[in-house]
Amino acid sequence: MTELDRRRFLLGAAAAGASALGTACSWNGGRMLSPKLMAWSGVNDWVSARLFSSSHRAREYPLARRTPDAEFPNYYVSDNVPALTDPAAWRLKVGGLVRKPVDLPLERLVALPRVSYTVKHHCVEGWTAIATWAGVPFHVVAEMVEPLPAARYVMFRSFDSGYSNGWDLPSAMHPQTMLAYAYNDRPLMPDHGAPLRLYSPTKLGYKNTKYLLAVEFTDTKPGGYWEDQGYPWFGGL
Amino acid sequence: MPDEKLAPDAAETAADSPIRAVEAPAPAVPAPGAPAPGPAVPGTRSAAPTVEGERFAADGPAAHAEPAASEAVERAGPAEPSKPAEPAEPMHPTTGAPRPFVLRHHWIVRLTHWVNAVVLVGMMASGLQIYNAYERFGVRGTRLPLPNPLDMHPVPRWARLGGWLAGGLSWHFFLMWPLALTGLLYVGYLLLSGEWKPLLFRPRDVGPAIEMQKYYLHLRKEHPPQGKHNALQKGAYSFIVVLGMLSVLTGLSLWKPVQLSWLTALFGGYELARYWHFVAVWLFAAFIVVHVILVFTVDPASLRAIITGWYRGRFPSHD
Repeated sequence: MTELDRRRFLLGAAAAGASALGTACSWNGGRMLSPKLMAWSGVNDWVSARLFSSSHRAREYPLARRTPDAEFPNYYVSDNVPALTDPAAWRLKVGGLVRKPVDLPLERLVALPRVSYTVKHHCVEGWTAIATWAGVPFHVVAEMVEPLPAARYVMFRSFDSGYSNGWDLPSAMHPQTMLAYAYNDRPLMPDHGAPLRLYSPTKLGYKNTKYLLAVEFTDTKPGGYWEDQGYPWFGGL
Repeated sequence: MPDEKLAPDAAETAADSPIRAVEAPAPAVPAPGAPAPGPAVPGTRSAAPTVEGERFAADGPAAHAEPAASEAVERAGPAEPSKPAEPAEPMHPTTGAPRPFVLRHHWIVRLTHWVNAVVLVGMMASGLQIYNAYERFGVRGTRLPLPNPLDMHPVPRWARLGGWLAGGLSWHFFLMWPLALTGLLYVGYLLLSGEWKPLLFRPRDVGPAIEMQKYYLHLRKEHPPQGKHNALQKGAYSFIVVLGMLSVLTGLSLWKPVQLSWLTALFGGYELARYWHFVAVWLFAAFIVVHVILVFTVDPASLRAIITGWYRGRFPSHD
């Protein structure tokens, strides 16, 4: 290969590379790579679970740092704010691999030990907001139903068009993971997931199921609404 | 540089760093068994990919490379006047006297360079895809009082990778591994081989850096003498390692702001860490542009060197 040929070849290769890159941009990996990238996400989940500490608590903030209500976005996947046809008939079904499954009306949940904190919410989109949440620690409800040793995951189901999230048990049992019924000192509003939502400052926003309907302990890893579409399953902060 | 030697005597070089001593004639690719770096590998002269190289080593310091070098040039083909290298030859940056090919970059350096070049572009493009989901900085309802050329501006499609937020995240969280691992491999190699010495910018490089800048600004006619890298290059190559570390560490602090809260706090909290992570993108982009322009305008021979390892350009290949 002469020097000139070599130069022409290198230039051509560079141009081909640049144009390939151009068409590749905004590319999700296609049918070939996309599943591989999602499979790799499992490696990150494994690392995330190793980094997770059951005793490490998310930082709490003074009330003065709270984000104004109007600035705190509220998401749901239904077309309209999900609402119950008969709110009085609502019960949280807690079951699956447990010894004592229960159906809990809101009055019973409110009567259980209460936890409250002002923490930073991290959305997968990159924004953050600070708010106060109050509710019953998840581990209190778990101890009530007595999960079987085989239970390693928890599935949270909602009445928001099938929105759901699968969690690892250690994250669910973290002292700051709660079933929240109050936001900024008021009962949870319909656009924030009334009557009851899952909340933890150690998880990304989308892991915190709103409009809760059922909690199910399982031995197989459950998926989730966004998780099944390519978002990280662990979603831990 | 007064101590600059193109053909240092064999004994000294063998004890110093064999990688710089191989004066082999124009091989297109380095020998498969290219000498491993490190001062504790004596006699690696024999690993030179040609007979000449071996003879050179066998002849020892007394018999200089003159006949071998001219023979080599003839064998290699190019009709350039053969001018054997001489010790302590002064720099002729503009005339660019032909020099023998020298193995300049270890395969680890070349591998990590090119893996990083691809991965870094992917990291920036997928990062911009993620940025697109919330194109500003600060807790909701507030704004960090810091400059952001892309404030409330979506990133153009051609600059993004992943198609949507989940795709951008998947790419970003995959590519972060090769980025961090090649970074560790590169820095680890530099530290263990001693190759960090001609790369690290130190206080004594400030003066020469100013002279280099004068030269680039045409305030000085002669190219200042230099070793393997000039002072500005040392600055750039030291800076880029720091920038890589900043990117990885701010990235970790954004990935795990609760579990690694001490790291996030070190960068001033989540929102500021996200900002520094973003600033790193602009600095990387600026570095890449300047780096590529300088390769083609100042030292095109360095392109061959970072691909094949072998360098024959206007600058010495060692300090």
